[in-house]
Amino acid sequence: MKTNQISRRNFVKLSGAGTGSLILGLYVPTSLHAAKIIKASDPESFGVELNAWVHINMDGKVTIFSHRAEMGQGVYQAIPQIVCEELEVSLDDVNIVFAKGDNKKYGSQVTGGSSTVRGSYKNLLKLGATARTMLIMAAAAKWNVPASECYAEAGHVIHKPSENKFHYGELVEEAAQLDPPSDIVLKSRSEYKLIGKSMPRQDIPLKVNGTAVFGLDKALPGMMYAMVERSPKLHGKIKTFDDTEARKIPGVKDVFKVKMGVFTLYREGVAVVADNTWAALQGKRALTIEWDDSGFEQLNSEDIRKKMDGTLLKNKGLVQKKQGDADSIIDNAEDKIDITYHTPFQSHSPIEPLNCVAHYQEDKVEIWGPIQAPEWVQDYISTEMGIEREKIIVNMTFLGGGFGRKAFMDYPHEATVISKHIGGPVQVVWTREDEMTQGPWRPGIAYRCEAVLENSDIKAMRVRFVGQNEDHMRRAENADRTRANWGTSEGFPKPYYDSIENISFYDVPFELPTVPIMWWRSVYASTNGFAYDGFLDVLATESKTDPMDFRRKYMKDDRSQKLIDKLEKVSGWKNRGKGYGVGITECFRTTVGQVVKVSKKANGNGVQIDHVWVVVDCGWYVNPNIIKAQVEGAIIMAMGAATSHEITFEAGQAMQSNFDSYPLPRISDTPEIEVFIMDNEENAGGVGEPGLPPFAPALANAIYNLTGKRIYNLPFKLNEVV
Amino acid sequence: MAAIQLKVNGETYSIEADPQMPLLWALRDLIGLKGTKYGCGIGQCGACTVHLNGQAVRSCSMPVMAMTDMEITTIEGLSKPGQDLHPVQQTWIEEQVPQCGYCQSGQIMSAAALLQNNTAPSDAEIDSAMQGNLCRCGTYPRIKKAIKSVNGTIEKAKG
Repeated sequence: MKTNQISRRNFVKLSGAGTGSLILGLYVPTSLHAAKIIKASDPESFGVELNAWVHINMDGKVTIFSHRAEMGQGVYQAIPQIVCEELEVSLDDVNIVFAKGDNKKYGSQVTGGSSTVRGSYKNLLKLGATARTMLIMAAAAKWNVPASECYAEAGHVIHKPSENKFHYGELVEEAAQLDPPSDIVLKSRSEYKLIGKSMPRQDIPLKVNGTAVFGLDKALPGMMYAMVERSPKLHGKIKTFDDTEARKIPGVKDVFKVKMGVFTLYREGVAVVADNTWAALQGKRALTIEWDDSGFEQLNSEDIRKKMDGTLLKNKGLVQKKQGDADSIIDNAEDKIDITYHTPFQSHSPIEPLNCVAHYQEDKVEIWGPIQAPEWVQDYISTEMGIEREKIIVNMTFLGGGFGRKAFMDYPHEATVISKHIGGPVQVVWTREDEMTQGPWRPGIAYRCEAVLENSDIKAMRVRFVGQNEDHMRRAENADRTRANWGTSEGFPKPYYDSIENISFYDVPFELPTVPIMWWRSVYASTNGFAYDGFLDVLATESKTDPMDFRRKYMKDDRSQKLIDKLEKVSGWKNRGKGYGVGITECFRTTVGQVVKVSKKANGNGVQIDHVWVVVDCGWYVNPNIIKAQVEGAIIMAMGAATSHEITFEAGQAMQSNFDSYPLPRISDTPEIEVFIMDNEENAGGVGEPGLPPFAPALANAIYNLTGKRIYNLPFKLNEVV
Repeated sequence: MAAIQLKVNGETYSIEADPQMPLLWALRDLIGLKGTKYGCGIGQCGACTVHLNGQAVRSCSMPVMAMTDMEITTIEGLSKPGQDLHPVQQTWIEEQVPQCGYCQSGQIMSAAALLQNNTAPSDAEIDSAMQGNLCRCGTYPRIKKAIKSVNGTIEKAKG
């Protein structure tokens, strides 16, 4: 690990002297400039963007503020594990607090793109090391010895020759007088005590006894509960509503019309406010609303599919990636492979439904909720409701799952609108039906994949991708429609570009402005992986190459070769029987390879998934057990999306509304999963999402191996495979 | 509205509630025990699982009026503050089961009920007892492992 230089000129001194605690923040001005470590007398006095900060008081108690949302992925553990490594304190001596949503202070707090560790670990290491160095300097000065004779361990600074020691708390006053040093030496990997180890998660004890506070568990004195009845169709305006029966429900306090933003559109609804959730739900059910859905497209899934296929065949699309000249080779070839794939719309459906507490007061609004993107909530509410951004305080609770859905702003907006109306604190609770029928969803995508082989080599490959563009949804008419969707080739491993001379990815523009879409765990890779890796498997068969060797042939770089060797070994690939398939995808700078084994069910009803072997190359990593847990979960989520559930539309309405019609995988559906992690010194990649994309193709490829039948459309039913 | 007495975690609570109110909302909103979760409202997900006279039930589908004279145990009552954790809770920590954690109160209550009646459940018995508890994070492999290791039937997970 090299020494990082922190520019002294950039150092911002914010505090007065003698504060009785050492508070350091991490300031990342822009991605182009080095991070700075700054200190303050109290956390509130930081006036600049921070990524995280650490606070050591005179009792030696360490508090670390995490700027990102914890939704199961382990950031609550990962950030302290990184900081404590360099700070030389035990995780047991640290108190972890969620920072408030304030990107002026903390920089981007949007938790998405599996970005928390990979985006900030180097700076977090530096933050911990700076604090440690200042404490050592303070101790050396107190003893009047050279700092080089001192070291830090377990919350103490120790003078080696004399074995004298100070507790950190005894040093903070002096350390706080010092300027953060300009050069900090980070530990080498071999010196790590915490990083790379499966340290138990600090949030788990709170999650086994009911004390973890999720958004839904937040309560304020005098808080009311609200539910909103919305149009069952994607869009509809309220013609009339009758609240006579709703107001008769004991506990119901108020009923009124509300609207909330869904990207640049608005959705109308009727809010029922009550003194408990059940009364609000009863009131919602007792409403009679006449909806006017004229003027909105009465979409159905069959038409969407036809429209996609029609556009797909006609339109060449915008270039997203292009090298060589795949077009002329494929268009002039006599023999080519040409396959169309389809993937469905999916609901995020975290088990914690959407909910948000808002307390609108005269000059500010305070919000508590399971929120992935606090700054977007501030931006959106500020624009929509004319409240100064600084007066919108967003508190992040634990998230009962997010998967992308909770990076959206509709439910905090709705809570704020209702709190303003009633003039007091309120919790808005969405029913499961609200969550599933209103979206946003993962978009369904259609792909046309074509290739020409020559002497068992891929001479040219071309992909046309037809699906909604999230950027268009977000920016509506302001989106740049001359640019291809960045997600068109997401999931496709980069090493293939070095070995396929002629390759193109086209994004065929496709708009469904009334169907809201949002990131879904691993975003476009979650659906692209099925088509792209599935297509490569077809090419392996066509070129009469072993599927593992085929990937080895085209993924020539050292890291991929090692990953493939490992996957081949752990899955027993060389001595395998029938029913094995491999899939390899790349997502957020992490490559994951999976081998799935399927077999025919004893009762003759289709196939079952017996085993999944996984190899993950995410470069530098913090906590192997968290990585394994994330990959296990991603596989089960992928299994549901591939074989169990989808969102379909009829006459402008989502047809699935709860877990009876949208059946998630259950414990009995779970195969054996074994996860292996590659060890290397490469830059950290994502962990929360990359385990998802390779599962569907590996499964489909395994079924082909067992049955000789290719699967081109998701979802399919395992018990219908013949 | 009716005056109803509930016996929860050994304490008696007197509440005024709509007799049809599901136990779930009485626990959460009227008594303030927020450890029991809402997930679907139709008994499909199991996030609201509590014990009724020792049996695992879905509190979202149990009208509160039918709950009088019943012993109700929620996640907060599975082990008392300051006392040792229930073996299921302890094993959940050892096996690092929870991710987001939202469904885990229900998972733990279902597992605790299973193990009370059957100290060494088979795979099929675990599947059958835990089939009603959904986990969107996909912690099922660890749930299975944890239930088996409560009674030491398998070797503890290695790092």
